[in-house]
Parts: sequence; C-alpha cells; structure tokens
Amino acid sequence: MELHALTIHAARAALQSGDLTSVTLTESLLNRIYAVDNQIRAYLSVTPEVALEQAEEADRRRAAGDTSPLLGIPFALKDVICTEGLTTTCGSRILHNYIPPYDATAYRRLREAGAILLGKTNMDEFAMGSSTENSAFFTTRNPWDLERVPGGSSGGSAAAVAADEAIFGIGTDTGGSIRQPAALVGIVGLRPTYGRVSRFGLVAYGSSLDQIGPLTKDVTDAALVLGALAGHDPLDSTSLPTPVPNYETALRSDIRGLRVAVPKEYFVEGMEPGVERAVRDAIQVLAGLGAEVGEVSLPHTEYALPTYYIIAPAEASANLARYDGVRYGHSAANPSDIWDLFRTTRDEGFGAEVKRRIMLGTYALSAGYYDAYYRKAQQTRTLIKRDFDQVFTHYDVVVCPTSPSVAFPIGARVDNPLQMYLADIFTLSLNLAGLCGMSIPCGFSEGLPVGLQFMGPPLGEPALLRAAYAYEQATPWHTMKASLPLDVTSSELNETDEAEIG
Amino acid sequence: MDYEIVIGLECHVQLLTQSKMFCGCATDYDGAPPNTRVCPVCLGLPGALPVINRKAVEYTVITGLALHCQIAEFAKFDRKNYHYPDLAKGYQISQYDLPLTRQGWLDVEVEGQTKRVGITRVHLEEDTAKNTHLGETSLVDYNRAGVPLMEIVTEPDLRSPEEARVFASNLRRILRWIGVSTGDMEAGALRVDANISVRPQGQAKFGTKTEIKNMNSFRAVKLALEYEAQRQIDVLEHGGRIVQETRGWVEGEGRTVSQRSKEFAHDYRYFPEPDLPPLVLSSTEVERLRAQLPELPEARAERLMARYGLSQYDAGVLTGSRAVADYYEAAVAAHGNGKAVANWVSGEMFRLLRGATLEIEAVPVSPQALAELLRLVDDGTIGISVAKTVLEEMFATGQRAGEIVRAKGLTQISDQDQLRQVAADIIAANPKAVADYRGGKPTAVKFLVGQVMRATRGQANPTVASEILEQLLNESNGRQPS
Ligand SMILES: [Zn+2]
Repeated sequence: MELHALTIHAARAALQSGDLTSVTLTESLLNRIYAVDNQIRAYLSVTPEVALEQAEEADRRRAAGDTSPLLGIPFALKDVICTEGLTTTCGSRILHNYIPPYDATAYRRLREAGAILLGKTNMDEFAMGSSTENSAFFTTRNPWDLERVPGGSSGGSAAAVAADEAIFGIGTDTGGSIRQPAALVGIVGLRPTYGRVSRFGLVAYGSSLDQIGPLTKDVTDAALVLGALAGHDPLDSTSLPTPVPNYETALRSDIRGLRVAVPKEYFVEGMEPGVERAVRDAIQVLAGLGAEVGEVSLPHTEYALPTYYIIAPAEASANLARYDGVRYGHSAANPSDIWDLFRTTRDEGFGAEVKRRIMLGTYALSAGYYDAYYRKAQQTRTLIKRDFDQVFTHYDVVVCPTSPSVAFPIGARVDNPLQMYLADIFTLSLNLAGLCGMSIPCGFSEGLPVGLQFMGPPLGEPALLRAAYAYEQATPWHTMKASLPLDVTSSELNETDEAEIG
Repeated sequence: MDYEIVIGLECHVQLLTQSKMFCGCATDYDGAPPNTRVCPVCLGLPGALPVINRKAVEYTVITGLALHCQIAEFAKFDRKNYHYPDLAKGYQISQYDLPLTRQGWLDVEVEGQTKRVGITRVHLEEDTAKNTHLGETSLVDYNRAGVPLMEIVTEPDLRSPEEARVFASNLRRILRWIGVSTGDMEAGALRVDANISVRPQGQAKFGTKTEIKNMNSFRAVKLALEYEAQRQIDVLEHGGRIVQETRGWVEGEGRTVSQRSKEFAHDYRYFPEPDLPPLVLSSTEVERLRAQLPELPEARAERLMARYGLSQYDAGVLTGSRAVADYYEAAVAAHGNGKAVANWVSGEMFRLLRGATLEIEAVPVSPQALAELLRLVDDGTIGISVAKTVLEEMFATGQRAGEIVRAKGLTQISDQDQLRQVAADIIAANPKAVADYRGGKPTAVKFLVGQVMRATRGQANPTVASEILEQLLNESNGRQPS
C-alpha cells in the first residue's frame, strides 16, 4: 500500500516497528498534496516547513521512547481552528490575513500527542454551509466525482482524507458539518458530545452547538483521534470534567444485545431510494450481528430545522459582531467615520450566506420578536432533547441515514438556500440535543458513497464506536477508495513512498 | 406650579479583584502603558472563550448582602449586543433577566429624615476599553476591557439632588467598608448615572426622564441633577415636552448637554451567553459569604452610641470608613474613655489628616500611641494645648508622646512654689487687670492666667495657675484695703 493511503493504526505500526519514519511519511503526504490537490482543492494553506520540522521532532520523540498513538501522523486541520503564527481564515475574506497569536486547545492537544500539521483546509465561510461552496476562496471537489461537492462545512478536511492527502482530518460540526461531508466522500466522521472537546480557539459559529471532531479512514482511527482531542479544558467553561475513557477498548466486533433504535421520522419521502436502500441493508447487517433493532419515534424531528435556523444564526449574529475592521482582519479603506468602517468592512468581508444568517439571527433576537422566535426555539430544543432522552432510556444507539442524498453537483443548490439547508436535515437534531454521533460508509448509490449515522446519548461515544466498528468489520465499504481521474501520484512519488509496509 | 423631582441611579462599580472578569489579565492597569494588560480573551480575538472570575461573583454577592438584597439561587450571564470600538467582541457580557442579586435597600438621611431607597438589582458585567480621540485618529486601550464591573440600580425613590448625592456617598462608604471597591469616582472606579424626571406635585404618573452621565464627583451629582431638574421644569413651564435622551454633565459649563446619537438608541438583543454555564449559588455558599460580612456602618454607629455614649453626629463621623471606626475602637481599647478618644480622633487627628491629605490607613500615629498621649493629659503631665502640639510632633515624626515631652521639657508645671513666683511677677506687671479684678470683674483673672501660660510657654497647669492667682490677688487685697 502507498504510504499516503495508510490509516493511523497501520502507520503507527510501521513507525513503531522502525520500518518508517515520520519524516518519510510526511514527505509522502506532502507529495500527494502537490500531486492531487490542484484537482481536489482541499487545502487553503499547506505548511511543509512546519510539517517537516514537527515530523523530525516526532522521530526524535519516538527514538526517546514515546509511543503516543498519533505520534508522527500527518493530519489536515479545518481552517476555523486557531494555530499560532499560521493564517486562520475561517474560509472568509474578512479573515483572509488573520494570524492568531495562540493555539486552540484541540490543536495543542494534537501537537502534544505528536500529530503533524500538513496545512489548513477549506470550508464554508465561518462553517456556514453544506458544500464548501460558501468558501470565500474556492470550492473543494468530491474525490468520487470532481463535479460534485464534498459536503460541508468541513468539506476540505473530509476531501483531504478521502483523497489520501492526509492520514486524518479535523473538522467541526455545528449542524452536521463533520458527519455530512464524511458521508458524501465515504469516510468516517465523528461528532463528539457537546463539551467533550474544548472549543477554546475554535472560531465560534453557533457556540451552544459547535464541536470539534475527527474525520478518518476507519472507526479505529476515529477512536484514536477522539482519545487525543477529548478532555476537560479550564479555558472552556462548557467543557465537561468527566474523565476520558479509553476509546480503543470500545472497538469490539461483538454487538450481540446492543439495542439499536431506528427512528421512523428519518426515512422520509424525498430521500434518494439508493440512500434508503443502503441504510436499510446496513440495519439488516446490524441485526444479523445480533443487535436488537427496534423502531422508535422522535416526534419533534420536523421542528429541528427551523429551530436550528433560529438558534445557530442568533448565536452567530453575536459571535461575528467582532469582525469590524478595528483590530485585525479585513478593514475597509478610507472610511468616512467609525460607522462607515464597520459597515463597509463587514459588507466587503462577509459572503452572502454569512450575511443571511447574521440577518436571520439579528431578527430572531430583536425586541418584539424574541419571544416568538428565539424563546420558542429554545423551548422546541428542549422538546427535541426530551425525544432523545426517551429513546436512550431503552436503546444504546440510534441508527439512521446521515444525509438524504449523495453528493450533489456543484452549483445545484447555491441559488436555493432552503434546499441547501435540507442537506443537514438528519444531522442537526443531534447538535440541538447535545448528543454524540458519527457517520460511516455503508455502500453506494449511483456510484457515490452513502453514510450511515449512529447517534448516542451524551458521552455515549463508546457505544457509537462499538456499533460502528462491528458494522465496519462486517462490511467492505471503508476499504473502497475513489480513483482520481488524473492520478499522477506514482510518477511524483519519492522512493520510500513505494516501500513495502509490514 | 410646584414640581416633584424623581431620581433613580445606576452606579457602575469596578471591583477590587486581582484579575479581570473573564480572563487572567491583571486589573492594575492604572498608569500601565496602553494594551499591556491584554490577552486573546479580553481582546475578543476569534476563538477565545470567557471563564468566570469567582472572586467577582463573591464580591457581588457580598455587596448584595450589604444592601439587604435577595441572592439568586440561579443566575446567568447574557450578551448585550452593540457595536462600538471600545467593545472588542461586539457584545458585552452582562446579566439581563436573572441577575445575581435583587430587591434590597439602603437608607439615606437628609435633613434629619431617614429614607429607605429601594435597590432594584446588583449585577455583574465587564468593563469596556478606553477610547482616546486625537484629531482625526482614535486610539483604543484595552487594558480596562474586561475589568469586573458591578452595576447597582436603584428604584426611582430619590426625590431631590441632595438625596441622590447622599445616596451615592453612602453607597461608596459601604463599598469601601466591605472592601469590594476603592469607590474612587475620579478614577472611574465608581460611576454614577442618573435617570431624572419631574412631575407636578400630586401627579401619580412619572414624567419623561432623561439619563445624566459624566458626573465625576458627589458634588457633580448634586449640581448636575439640580441643573437638570430646573431645565426640565423650565421646558414644561414654557409649554415644551421633555425628550427622552442621554445628557452629559459638562462640569466647566455647569450644564447638561444632549448626547443624543442614533447609534445608541437601539435594541441590545440580549440573549443567554452560551459560552458560560449558569451560576448556581448554594445556600451554604451564600451563608459562608454572609458570615464574612463585617458589621455594617449603620449597625456600628448604633453600637458606638450605645457603648461609648457618643452623639449621633460623632458616631456618624467615626464610621465614615471602616478604617476610621477600627482606629477609633483600637484607641478606645488602649485608653478606655470613649468620649475623650472620639473628640481627639474626630477633632485633632482628622485636622492633621486633612492637612497632610492622608487617609486614616496611612496615619503615622498608632491607636496605642494616641492612647499614651491622652494618658499624659489624664495624669496631668501635660495640658491640652501642649498635648495638641505633641500630637502634631508625633504626626510629623512618628515619635511617641513620652519621648517628645521628655526631650522638649514640656512637662506641665503644677509646682506651687514655682508657679507662685511667676504669678507674682504677672500681677506686678499687669496693674490694669489687677485693678479690674478688684473693681469687681472676676473674669479678669482669665487674662492673667493667659499671661502665666504665655510666660511658661504653655507648661503651666492652668487650673493650678488660676487658683494661685486668685489666692495672691485676694491676699494682697486683704492687706491693702482700698
Ligand atoms: Zn485578558
């Protein structure tokens, strides 16, 4: 197998055995990026000097006896997570030149674990979107079909992993932004429980919904990355103090007796028949493995979308108020006064979708509308959470489709925001309820990957991983890779890339 | 027509915590170079998150307790949204509908009448940065951004500018007393804004109010509100209408001017701060803080009156600050006579402190040293006037009373023989006074006592001197009948 195609656990074994160095592995990934990223366009910035320096340090740490699971493993970081001294744009023109003076806790933890930063990945502006088409810079391509979107907002990290431009990726999920792109590019995406991973240094979109999580090639890798990311952070008052379990021990292929709920509201009219077929088949596989499958109802599901599109924009309208051209980022030239500076900076700096959501949120919080919109949405949020609480008193996990459709063509939905919002219809309830969830590949529809979603109660990650791992072991989907039409990597590779890995 | 003035106050108080409200930056920005007490959190950089300063919460609860407020079991922070360059995040973290404390009171006494002023709420928020305008340029210093700020809002219970002034002054005394703030108005540690309206006597409905800002001293509070009340009355008397607006007090011009600006006249779109969990205050925690609360000024004044027989006025003066009251009671403990100590502290000691512009905390004469001085007076070693001179010397040099008296030979002359000689000389030298005395003006002896004091540079015991003078005058009178 080519080095860039390795999983974390395979690379770890090779590094640990001495057959591979992190520098070699990192060079292989950088070469892969140089070879294919002109087609995929996953990265907003690639940082080879940083990567190689970190790789050398990782090799020294290993020589000194360090065996951390992520030591020397190159990864891609969504450009919404702050990295000291490295541009962090959030996919926005307003931060096109912003260089943070500090590291996000999640990045610091990955660095402490020894992971190697390859670069920062493309995304929908401020994580608002489901396709990366809202990036101020360019649209990332789906490795399975370059004319289709990779999903979003973490489309850059997802596509980078699917195209072997990173061993793993880091995304953020506010309404499905890890799980939906994972589904659309055929990889594993895990959105941890709200509070499990520190948000310090994650540029906020919807503060009560945002969470950082891994995008990986298989379930084992997701467990390894989650283990490095998770944990209490005194700098984030919403982070949970609960000790972090060893997620690797949850990876057991036996799921006999695991109680799996299938919510009837998640099999709706209008979803693609190929998606429904793949998911129904997957549920049969779980039953065949001994899981106890039962149908349940989550009656408030239909309110999740409107609820989400009040709460997330309301929080965003405040979170994005700081981009005013005074201290950092884009600043309008020659303003007539301070109000003109604010207005023009924001008009020039934000894209249409961000402006739309700021206006939606501002409206929902305005005097006279607060009770009808924001307060009502909070009440509905409680009802949605209660639906899940009910189900989780009888079931360990919920299983359903991740997305109602496979990857859609670039441009197909940009003129219709409502249709774009429907891409997240199966993912955003989980964010409103503060649960954990993941998407894993479960087949294909019309040649494009379909995602199977598991949802778990707060801190139910071990149950998710167990169900997902058992399914993965019983099916071939995670081993399938997109073949890029102009796959020129082999000619550009250096020698070591083709070495046999034990 | 007669008008009634209606005033409510909004007081912003910087808390004396070591670090800022939501980050670890120091609050000692006074005199620090601009933007040297900042971090990603108080600069509102992308991705930074707030963490609640527990001490600031405690100080707010303690203030609520001192103002007889109810302490919330469940409070939360909210975002107050508005754009301004001194507001790094584009919103201020404040408290909207569930403040830490509410519904208390504070008494004020004006012209012998005690009045209970309702406290609507005491809540916690963060201070803003400071803008400096230099011609076409504006500079922002974020050192102050995020300093814990407590807001105390009163009911519209105040009925005169003087009541407002006394309220503010009493409030400052309490804040300093419980140690939560310096209460320094000039340094901006206590900022008093007022809502003021007028209405015809007897009318139940409130008039339209204006909000008055920039009052940087207690005197300014009174002057600004007097000006504004009269301005409103004049507008109404001329058939005009009061415009609801914010007005700033211009100290130099002695008037309030409109600060109306459409950017400020808007909706703050408060909503719960999602980055902070709600504050849950257990009753154990509140009781622990209540137990830490010192005896408050009114209660202490009552006790001083009952225990040492002080007048209400003296008790008020001696509870002007907790340090004064502590000093006084320490001196009483060392000396024993509450009234004598009260006279010396509120008289001579305060005069010396004012002259040196010192606070009692920095007084160079310890309570024990003052007690020693008073004992020298009590046992007749020195007289009152010498004692005042000695206190001045103690204040200037920090020496003890006994040392000064010894070194300068200031011991009082009570020796009969020594004084008899001086008195005889004075009688001989002042025939007119002697004649007055003998002519039936006994008060003339006071003049002669004064001369004896002068001749002995104040060291004569005036009582003994007076006795000897009268004795001598009467003796010679007997021998030489006129
Ligand atoms: Zn700070």
